[in-house]
Amino acid sequence: MSITYLEAIREAQAKLLRDDERVFIYGQDVGGAFGGAFKATKGLSKEFPGRILNSPISEDAMVGTAIGAAMHGMRPIVEMQFADFSSIALNQILNNAGTHYWRTNVPIPITVRLPSGGTQGSGPFHSQSMESLYAHYPGLVVLTPATVEDAYTMLIEAVAIDDPVIYCEHKYLYYHLKADKLPIESLPVGKARIAREGRDLTIVAYSAMVHEAMTVANEFAEDGFEIEVVDLRSVKPLDTDTVLASVARTGRLLCVGESFPWGGAAAEVIARVATEGFHLLDAAPQRVNARDTPIPYHPNLWTAHRPNAKAIAEKARKLLRE
Amino acid sequence: MPHKRYVEAFRWMLLTRILEDKLASMYRGGMISGGVYVGRGQEAVSAACGLFLQKGDIFAPLIRDQAGRSAFGEPLVDVARTYLGSRQGPMRGRDGNIHRGRPLDGQLAMISHLGAMISVTVGALMAKRWKGEKNFVGLTTIGEGGMQTGATHEGLNIAAVEQVPLVVVATNNHFAYSTSNEREFACVDLVERAKGYGFEGYSIDGTDLGVCLDVIGGAVKRARAGRPPQLVVTSILRLSGHGEHDDASYITDDMRQAPFAEDCLGLAERFIIEHELADAATIKEWRGEAGSQVDEAISTAQKEAPPEASEEDWCALSTRELVDQPE
Repeated sequence: MSITYLEAIREAQAKLLRDDERVFIYGQDVGGAFGGAFKATKGLSKEFPGRILNSPISEDAMVGTAIGAAMHGMRPIVEMQFADFSSIALNQILNNAGTHYWRTNVPIPITVRLPSGGTQGSGPFHSQSMESLYAHYPGLVVLTPATVEDAYTMLIEAVAIDDPVIYCEHKYLYYHLKADKLPIESLPVGKARIAREGRDLTIVAYSAMVHEAMTVANEFAEDGFEIEVVDLRSVKPLDTDTVLASVARTGRLLCVGESFPWGGAAAEVIARVATEGFHLLDAAPQRVNARDTPIPYHPNLWTAHRPNAKAIAEKARKLLRE
Repeated sequence: MPHKRYVEAFRWMLLTRILEDKLASMYRGGMISGGVYVGRGQEAVSAACGLFLQKGDIFAPLIRDQAGRSAFGEPLVDVARTYLGSRQGPMRGRDGNIHRGRPLDGQLAMISHLGAMISVTVGALMAKRWKGEKNFVGLTTIGEGGMQTGATHEGLNIAAVEQVPLVVVATNNHFAYSTSNEREFACVDLVERAKGYGFEGYSIDGTDLGVCLDVIGGAVKRARAGRPPQLVVTSILRLSGHGEHDDASYITDDMRQAPFAEDCLGLAERFIIEHELADAATIKEWRGEAGSQVDEAISTAQKEAPPEASEEDWCALSTRELVDQPE
């Protein structure tokens, strides 16, 4: 038996619905026969009638409704059809959910699922990675699972957290990633994972970029370089201690993020290492992000826009020479 | 026959006018930071919004709803503490003026982005329905300016789709800052939209307290009884600037002579005397009592300590172990 990243998300939701009567799912076509744009909720409406609700195409109101329900005791999961469309709901997420606990002392336990990141041919409006934008604002937890196991356990944890959680699930991993079984336990949210141990260079990545980084690390091992790969797991909170400990071992840092280059999670990691661990560095830290243009449609352009193993390897090679 | 709650509503209106005059005076004296936003001219509508709500209901007020907030049970000291930033207030100096509430008591805390609270109210009502609560209703307010946002459109639509017991009271005070109706919307009356959203709609003169009580009270009753969501559009003139920093000098004399420009408080006072619901001496007494309540609330808040940055925990999450605080 094997289970995909997407199936793990569906299974996590089924478990949540089974175990907690406060949980409901709200989103576009989530309760329909199709089961949402990616079928992440397929079949759930039959098993949990009345709790998987199709919403109008109204991202702002979907999140607003979830906020009101959460305020009064429910644990809503909102599915955005694509992360890109959550821009319509930015106001509710950032200004309502994100400020509410601070202002009123009443937390808003909503989970907003964002099918994120690039897949070939998806173009500018169905490919975005928005974790850096959400992490910029106070009052939100931002999760970026890279494995089937984390996709499962972190979604369950997300719903248990009393604060708003932005859960960035990567569309490329939906079908590409498989595990033998679902995990029983995991690292807690907020703790990064050493995906591969090494001594020569630390690559910090999250979500789909962890796998690109692993490809590079395995290639470099053939030439005798041992690259340590840190999977952040959550962009916010950011596990600075684990990153610093890794850099202490390797002396070199390369950060990889699929989002746009200006600011963002990769830049934040570098800023923290530079301010808190400058003495640990043997070379200037580097980063690889997507290019600073909208995400292109054609595969020839798309593969050159998105960070991949080739681009990461190029930067890693330079960094190892310094 | 006067509405049986006419006098009760009038007293909330009176209290509001006295409170807000005091706040405006304090603002002009430099005693309040930020701004002061009053509901002068809108008190009849607002009092009717709060008066028919009960414990267990949801009220999501906006900028000019002091009368409704008070009628729904907001203590005056919450107002004073929020304007003055007392750490004993519901917002503890973290938010101010009209951005206040006690969400667990059904008093939602507005954000400034207009229309955002409609869907939040819908969600709160859905939660109550899921939990098996009965006989509850939600009421939220908006202006003719806020009626033009995308959030309002999404919120009204989703309310009707979810068939929650909701009343939306939309007050056309004829100005968004200094922009008048011609540049705000192009339909004859905003109530025309009710049918399009699947609401039952009513359009009323918001200066007439009796009408406000009849129609808004009726809408609350119908929503509570399971009718579709209700939209009440009221027409008044904003008898102030947008805030106290705005002298509203752009409002023309012609407009000030229009029937919708009447002061609802003065009209209600005349009605009470004409119908012998109370005499002038009694009203004077009520005015004195309201003034004392206002003075007491403000005096209480003034004696309290303001928030101190050094004592603030600076945590935007309730889950302390997930707070991310870089050096």
